[in-house]
Parts: sequence; structure tokens; C-alpha cells
Amino acid sequence: MKALKLKKADLYTYLESLKSYGELWGPVAKGEKYVYAKLDNVHDVALEALRTILPPKKFFVPTRFNMFRYSKDSYTETFEDVRPRVLFGLHPCDIHGILILDELFLERFPDPYYRKRRETTAIIGLSCVPDDKCMSRSTNTHAIEEGFDLAFNELGNEYLVWIGSSLGDDLVRLNLDLFSEDIDTEDLQKYLAWRSDRDSRYKLNFDRTGMPDIMELSWDSPLWDELAERCLACGSCSMVCPTCPCYNVRDVSNLSLKSGVRERQWDSCMNKEYALVAGGHNFREARAERLKLWYTHKLKAFITEYGKPACVGCGRCIDNCPVNINVAEVVRALKGQEVKA
Amino acid sequence: MIDLHTKERTSGAPTNPFMPEQMRIVRRYDLTSDVHFFQVRPVDMERALSLDYKPGQFMMVSLAGVGEAPFSVSSTPSRPGMLEFCIRKVGRVTEQLFLRKENSIIGVRGPYGNGFPFEKMMGHDVLIVVGGLGAAPLRSLLLYVLDNRDKFKKFYLLHGAKTPDEMLFRKEFFEIKGRDDLECFLTVDKDPEGDWPFHKGLVTDLFTKVQGLDSDNTYATVCGPPTMYKYVIAEFIKLGIPKHQILMTLERRMHCGVGKCGHCAIGPIHTCLDGPVFSYWDVLHMKDLI
Repeated sequence: MKALKLKKADLYTYLESLKSYGELWGPVAKGEKYVYAKLDNVHDVALEALRTILPPKKFFVPTRFNMFRYSKDSYTETFEDVRPRVLFGLHPCDIHGILILDELFLERFPDPYYRKRRETTAIIGLSCVPDDKCMSRSTNTHAIEEGFDLAFNELGNEYLVWIGSSLGDDLVRLNLDLFSEDIDTEDLQKYLAWRSDRDSRYKLNFDRTGMPDIMELSWDSPLWDELAERCLACGSCSMVCPTCPCYNVRDVSNLSLKSGVRERQWDSCMNKEYALVAGGHNFREARAERLKLWYTHKLKAFITEYGKPACVGCGRCIDNCPVNINVAEVVRALKGQEVKA
Repeated sequence: MIDLHTKERTSGAPTNPFMPEQMRIVRRYDLTSDVHFFQVRPVDMERALSLDYKPGQFMMVSLAGVGEAPFSVSSTPSRPGMLEFCIRKVGRVTEQLFLRKENSIIGVRGPYGNGFPFEKMMGHDVLIVVGGLGAAPLRSLLLYVLDNRDKFKKFYLLHGAKTPDEMLFRKEFFEIKGRDDLECFLTVDKDPEGDWPFHKGLVTDLFTKVQGLDSDNTYATVCGPPTMYKYVIAEFIKLGIPKHQILMTLERRMHCGVGKCGHCAIGPIHTCLDGPVFSYWDVLHMKDLI
């Protein structure tokens, strides 16, 4: 991998240059929180943003989109909002989240809707310093080696810019004069010092060793019923989780009833109808069963299949769950440690 | 890592697995008052002859404007050109499907799922136990074994229905019973009209007829109403059939059929990709089965 340097003072100029590739999106402030939004004015970018409300999965699997149009005799696939985009400011945990979605959507039976959006979207990472809800060191998702086209890392008055793909190389060339190739020992020392300082700032840590076994052995634990008593089944955790992929499909007809669209919409396994089948049988009637499925996906199933958890430690579940059920709490509870009620 | 920007990824784009294929209902009739038989084939005849699937796989049937649902295929790939489904009117999609007449066009995509491991089953004894609507997936395997009879050893079919009127494929099963290349036993729980010529009672009664199976080399499979499994599996175990050679198919909500939408997850597995056919050994490990 190749690296360059960019002066912080030149960032906005460079962001402007990126618009010649496609729409530029990045984190912007919304009330006390942040969201990924289109950067019509590059100065709107919130470089301090730590976590956006929705993760970047919304760019590759929109909350609702049309899969195809149907009429009496035909189906026509549609890729309505697919266009070149640059996403700037993704933190390592969110890039790991995308890599996890890639496993699901690009491997067996590749999903063309995901793939086309992914192919046309450039990803530019940005380093960050954790707050008290970040747990990405525990999930080993606090550094990135792949999954980005460019990655900007804090380096005093400059950014160290990693080039992660041939597209990344093209993006640098949009305004090559802004970049410098002179990376010396001093820069290396600064970079190492930054990493070590950043790593020391994680306050929230958990040990995920043996999680699949712990989940297995805790299947009948009263813990799940206790959590289900608190859980509102609101589905917020799924909406904000970078690795929750579930969706529903429904047909929406025009008023003539002769044509319409088949659309996909985010779903959550917390919803009561999630496992309801025709005839009325519900395989996950109990809230505890649905909570267990959510945590099985994060802490057991994905580890069994891919050797890593489907949790990237972004802290969004901590930030958003109205009753304080989140990965950190559940891991603590599963290990028999004290939890916040 | 998957490099999205290399030519290999973008060239030769794979077909969209979510797009249904246009198929024509060529024949349909009532099996019972709420279970109908649908024979469909791709509008394009060339395509119809190239249809390939395995017994035990399922397809997603689409009605534009209504939705999509998974159905087991009831026909056998050994009789090419057609797909057959045995469908109970039970929900939104099936209610609308029952209104579609012969020659109308529906959407179908698939096949999906693992299907029965019929290659492994070859050279073994086979015992099929059907209860009611369990005929939907098992008819495919049954006909497949009959059409390739010399590749399998002893073959038993035990079939139970609630009443003679509720028996699916009655004529077909009567004909199969008349064949001399398998042992076929039929039963009904109740016989209100009093004209049922065979055994009356539960399907488990029929196990007394099963003799001389080489149990270590037998594949047994069961599909039927949920209450049936416990008792039938107990009989299989009594016969000494290994747990990993006892097969069953599971039903779950599905919106994609290709491991994406999440709804059919059971612990770490996706019913649509890893199933719907599972062995009893697999199922014993599933925590949230029902």
C-alpha cells in the first residue's frame, strides 16, 4: 500500500476536487448528533463527528428502495439511485461494518442492488479517537487494512493518506499537487505515537474469547427473559447497527393495479412478525427469542462462520437503546458480571 | 478482500437472483378443498427443458402486486419440462394464487436450498414417511427414487392422511401401491364413509410392516404435521437408523431464498441456504427450532 501526506489546511480544497468523481457525502451535525449527508458546502463536514445516527450501510442498502417494476406481462429491474459517490469520513469500525456486509451480499448469490451501489461508491476513511462508548479495540476493528479507497490518518498538522485501491489512486490524482510523498522517520514516529495514544484511550473493553460457547451454554439462562422484560422491541438497535442486514419485501401497486414496484425495506428481528409464517405460526413469538437471535448473529453465528464477530464496536447500540441493552451490557451479563439495570 | 473496481467483478455481471421468471400455469386441479395442484412451465419451451433442480429444493413463487412466498417443488427432475407444486390456501399469496386460472402467467425464481442428498442416498435402502401435506416435498423424492429405481436398494413408503377425502394424490398413491418395486402402505386416521380399503390408524402403526431394512445403510425421511415428527423419529431410531441419515425439511418465513433477508435464520444457519433439508442430527443442535 502506498501512503502520501496532505496538509490539513488543504483538506477543503481536496474535498472540493473529489466532487469531480461524484456526489460528496460526509458527516454533518444534526442537533446534538451527526448524520451522513451530501456535502454541497465542503465546510459543513463535521470532522469531529464520532458516530453518525445511521451507519454507512444506508448507502449500499437504502432504507427503502425499488428492486423492479412490474406490469401485467413483465418485470423490469431498476437501480434508481445508483450514481458515483464519494463517502468521506468513515471511521475504521464503519469500514469493518461494510466488509462484513460484503461477505453477506457479495459472496453466495451476489446481490446486484448492493453490488452496483458498492461499485460506484468511493470510500474515504478518517482516523478517530474513541469516546466512552467505543469498543472497537475489543472487536479488533479499530484499524483498517482494507475496505477503503483512501484512508486519512491524523498526523499533527497533516494527514497521512493511505491509498487502498486503484480507484483511490485515481482520486488522489484529481488534485495531485496537494499531496506530498516525503514521509520521513519523524512522520513514522508521529504515526506510531498517535496509534499508541489512541489505543490507550479505550475505556470500554470486553473480552470476546469463547463467545460462541458462552452463547451456547447460556441459551436457557433466565438472563434472556430479564432482558426481554426491559426490551421495548423497538428495533432501534437493528436500524443503527452497521452489520444488521435484514429486510422485508413488499409489492406496491399503482392505483390502476396494473403495474407497480417490488420494494425492499429494512426490517429488524425485534419486530414481532419477523418469523411469522402463513397460517399464523410464529417461530419467534417471545421477545426473548428475538433478542437471542440478534445476539446470536453478533456474537455467535458470524464468529462460527467467519472467525470474527458481527459487532464492530461502534457503540451505536449503546447510544440508541432506550433501555440500555447493548453488546457491552449483554457480554457482561453473559459472563455473570454486574450490569446497569 | 473483494476488489470492486477490477474488471473481473464488473464484467459478465451475474443474473439478478431476485428477478422472477415468467411461467405459465399449464394445469391445475383440486387435490382437496384447500390444497390445489399447480403444474407450471417457463413460457419459453427451450428454457422449460433445461430446468434443473433437486428433490427437496424450493422455489419462490411471485404474484406481481401481491408478493412472493416459498414453495417446495413436488415434481421430479427426472420428468423434465415442468414444475409441479402442491399448495394449501393459507395466506395472502396463496389466496390470490388460487384465483389464477390455467394459462395465466406467474413469476417463479429458484431453485433454492440444498435438497435431499440423493447422490449419497443411492445404493442405500430408503424409507419415506408422509403425513398429509408432507407429500408436497416428499413426492419429488418418491418419484425420483421410482424413476431411478435400480440405483436404490429396498424402498418403503408409509403414507398417512386424516381421512380418505383429505388424502393428496390419492389416485397416484393407489397406483404406486400397486407397483411391485416398492413396499407401499397407506393409512387414514379416520374413515367416515367406511370405504377405505387399507389400514386405519396412525402412520406409526405402519412401522410393523417395515422389515429387513439394512438400518446402518438406510436413509429415512419424514415430512408432515409438527405433531408427527416426535413419534415417527422415535420409530426410525427404534429401527436403528443413524441420526445423520434421518432427514426432514423445515419451514420458515423467507423473503429472498438466497441467504440475505435474515428471516429464516435458526442460530447460525440460514434455512434457505443450509436447508431446508436437515438431518435429525443437525436438528438436535438447533436451539430455537419451534
